[in-house]
Amino acid sequence: MKNAVGRDIPDFLLQGGREVFQGNNYKDGAIYTKPGPTVRAAVKPEESKILPSIRDAIELCGLKDGMTVSFHHHFRDGDYVVNMVVREIESLGIKDITIAASSLGDAHDPLAAMIESGVVTGIQTSGIRGKIGDAVSNGKLKGRAILRSHGGRVRAIEQGELHIDVAFIGAPTSDEYGNARGKGGKSDCGVLSYSVADAKYADHVVVITDTLVPFPNLPPSIDGVDVDYVVVVDEIGDPKKIASQALRMTQDPRNLMMAENCARVMAATPYFKDGFSFQTGAGGPSLAVNRFLESIMTERGIKMRWALGGITKPTVDLLNKGLINCVADTQDFDVASVQSVHSTPGHYEISTSQYANPVNKGAFVNKLDFVILAALEIDVDFNVNVVTGSDGVLRGAPGGHPDAAGGAKCTIIVAPLVRGRIPTVCDRVVTVTTPGESIDVLVTDYGIAVNPSRPDLADALVSAGIPLVTIRDLKMKAYSIVGTPDDVEFDDRIVAVMEARDGTILDVVRQVKKFDLDISDAGVFDFKIV
Amino acid sequence: MAGTCEVTSDPKKRLRRTMLFLNAQRPSLMKDAYIYGPDSVILDLEDAVSENQKDAARFSLYNNLRSIDYGTVERIVRINGLDTPHWPEDVRASVAGGADGIRIPKCERACDVKRIEAAIEDAEREFSREPGCTLIMAAIESPRGVLNALDICESSERLFGVAISGGDFRAAMRTKYYPSGVEMASARGNVLLAARAAGVQCFDTVFTNLDDMDGFRAEVIMNREMGFDGKSIVNPRQIAIVHEIFTPTDKEIREALRVVRALRQNADEGVGVFLVDGKMIDAAFLSGAEHTIALARASGVLGEAL
Amino acid sequence: MDIKRGAVSGTLESSDVQVTIEPAANGIWLELSSSVMNQYSRQIRQVVLNTLSNLGVERANVTVVDRGALDSTIKARVECAVFRASEWEGAIPWQGLVK
Repeated sequence: MKNAVGRDIPDFLLQGGREVFQGNNYKDGAIYTKPGPTVRAAVKPEESKILPSIRDAIELCGLKDGMTVSFHHHFRDGDYVVNMVVREIESLGIKDITIAASSLGDAHDPLAAMIESGVVTGIQTSGIRGKIGDAVSNGKLKGRAILRSHGGRVRAIEQGELHIDVAFIGAPTSDEYGNARGKGGKSDCGVLSYSVADAKYADHVVVITDTLVPFPNLPPSIDGVDVDYVVVVDEIGDPKKIASQALRMTQDPRNLMMAENCARVMAATPYFKDGFSFQTGAGGPSLAVNRFLESIMTERGIKMRWALGGITKPTVDLLNKGLINCVADTQDFDVASVQSVHSTPGHYEISTSQYANPVNKGAFVNKLDFVILAALEIDVDFNVNVVTGSDGVLRGAPGGHPDAAGGAKCTIIVAPLVRGRIPTVCDRVVTVTTPGESIDVLVTDYGIAVNPSRPDLADALVSAGIPLVTIRDLKMKAYSIVGTPDDVEFDDRIVAVMEARDGTILDVVRQVKKFDLDISDAGVFDFKIV
Repeated sequence: MAGTCEVTSDPKKRLRRTMLFLNAQRPSLMKDAYIYGPDSVILDLEDAVSENQKDAARFSLYNNLRSIDYGTVERIVRINGLDTPHWPEDVRASVAGGADGIRIPKCERACDVKRIEAAIEDAEREFSREPGCTLIMAAIESPRGVLNALDICESSERLFGVAISGGDFRAAMRTKYYPSGVEMASARGNVLLAARAAGVQCFDTVFTNLDDMDGFRAEVIMNREMGFDGKSIVNPRQIAIVHEIFTPTDKEIREALRVVRALRQNADEGVGVFLVDGKMIDAAFLSGAEHTIALARASGVLGEAL
Repeated sequence: MDIKRGAVSGTLESSDVQVTIEPAANGIWLELSSSVMNQYSRQIRQVVLNTLSNLGVERANVTVVDRGALDSTIKARVECAVFRASEWEGAIPWQGLVK
């Protein structure tokens, strides 16, 4: 069955009430009951939650074949927790486990072997890349991976589609009773936003920390009332990879040009007025927008009411300069943001449900004026792919992309027209991760295009003297430079399902086909592929 | 407003505020530098290309010139010097590829220009190019070149301008870069005088420290105040600053428009000298006013001033 | 053109392509690897073969390691490698053999 972004979703995926994507607001007004976890009463005041090892925690939680365990990705590429836990699961002979992580990265390459051996047979995540991406794209995972946005993951938990048997929550600090914080300790990551729903909805909750602090550890991100056990290990992560040193502002003239144009676009819209709200990604051009924004804000004498999402130094700097009133933080990418959260007045931690769950009653993304995002690919219908590479292999993450794009009044994609020889603007993206209806403006190094569904924005830009082109013009320009690409070929098997924010099916990812160049017309030439 | 003044159609006199150097051996740089909007690019076969890659750079250059659409951006090729064995093939590749012009490095005498001019003429015949379509600019890099600047500026019909190249000049003068620019004062003054006397354009040397954008800005302001037409640049990040500084102010544009209008009107009525805004104006002001308007138009601010 | 010795042109930088040409007894033997294999290997192969054909190369071992080069760059690198490998002396036939 074709969905609202033109993707054909096979019927066998639509059993048990599953539906195809039918537009961003399709589920508005839907009635649902939140699931309650099955928990154990911890009544005795003298009982300790501290366990000597992760292995003990796994056993006491009763983890069995076929169950689902969850993790967060606040430690980014510095995470040790996922690998430590899964190693213990393997050594206990437990198999057929589903990993439900808020995201997985290069740090989790060892999971690829667990997928091959059948310890891990299910993956539900936002990010999927490196060896895990290769393994899943090559059909090694027994089940189908489910890819969700950050908001979509919390939605799946809060609507009972993702049931977590045991949540393992790495925490930079915890007290003996499981009150855990992202702040402090030796593996400081600032916030624990992604784990809040896991703690509330999992049957068993295990906090893993390398820094035990005296009770009470206030204010906790993870509430001790939800925690079964606390395990203290030597190290939960590599601090150098958890929080980057100051990300250097890009000096690439192409990125700077796009960032400057993006700031001009923002300033030309009616939303750019005192009290506006803003979210930006951590990529080169998106980050550089802050710099150009600051001078326009100063020049016009306006301030930002609030900034949202993953936070980096440029946002902290604007907060300290008084150009932003407050920051609602769900993740910290660098040392400056880790140090600032909970310390700088106005810099607050929020949960991922508050951030982006499309079916709760107060997601912050819905109140956004602007979000600046990147794209691996964007097609002539403005559909964006941030999850599969040009070779069809999984190597990205929807993250908060579909959430912020879905909520914001003005969503701007900043991307170069081509990368090397790969066209960013194309006829049809490999995988739709964010539907075109969420995207308003595309800023490239070759011109700016406005979604035809937003004639109001096009008018505002044109009257500010910003020249526009159509996205089809941009695609044609791209193909005239690099040539029309051949379609990536796939096998039939579906290895991953890309869920829309509301749980409907936006797209599927198929197993990659071993590349085979047809040489039948080679004639006298001998031809070999390496 | 349209029609009261025209942008010159003479390719020798086109606007050249920014001339961006690109290494002809690096495909990633050459493939689309036009997106940054420099007035000209200089595809470099000389210093940027190592001795054993001169042939490879020529093949890149030729194919680049033939296949990539630079739009309205002018394409100049910096060939290797007359003291090398490379320049004759450089000229052939440039003309065959259809370059708009050739930049001669280390030019010291008028006869240097003549030799290149002869090679260009031969190449235009060989490759059936329109005779005279390949322009020339000369880079002056030595004290002798500075002293011969007027001869060089008047050496060829094809020559649209001269550029000062500071690196070799500073070394020859036993000095180095100073923020005041005093070490280049003799070269800038003399070459600029020669260019204006001969009626050709004049471009200042590159500024290579990309970490010192304030120093760059100061130098460009000095360039404009001295009367340069533009500047050779090494990075796209420098373009916006040069264009901003070379963009006339609203007041300058309005004055220029009034001068042009008054000159045309008075010429029709046979009046030679008259007053505009209380200033004495005659025909000598025409080219300056027209240049200001052309600069305003190229900078996209002509409409705003009206 | 006859391939008299081995020759290389181009680099392994992004947007470039490295072309190696060596003498062969007969036919064109082409080995191709590319960072954009799935979408562009057919076009890359076509450009390489067309360029060799235009230059009149009938016998050669050709190795192409592509890093996302545009067609014009691929053509330039093949041409340079062939002229080096054929030990060409004298003026380059622009607009002739070199299309």
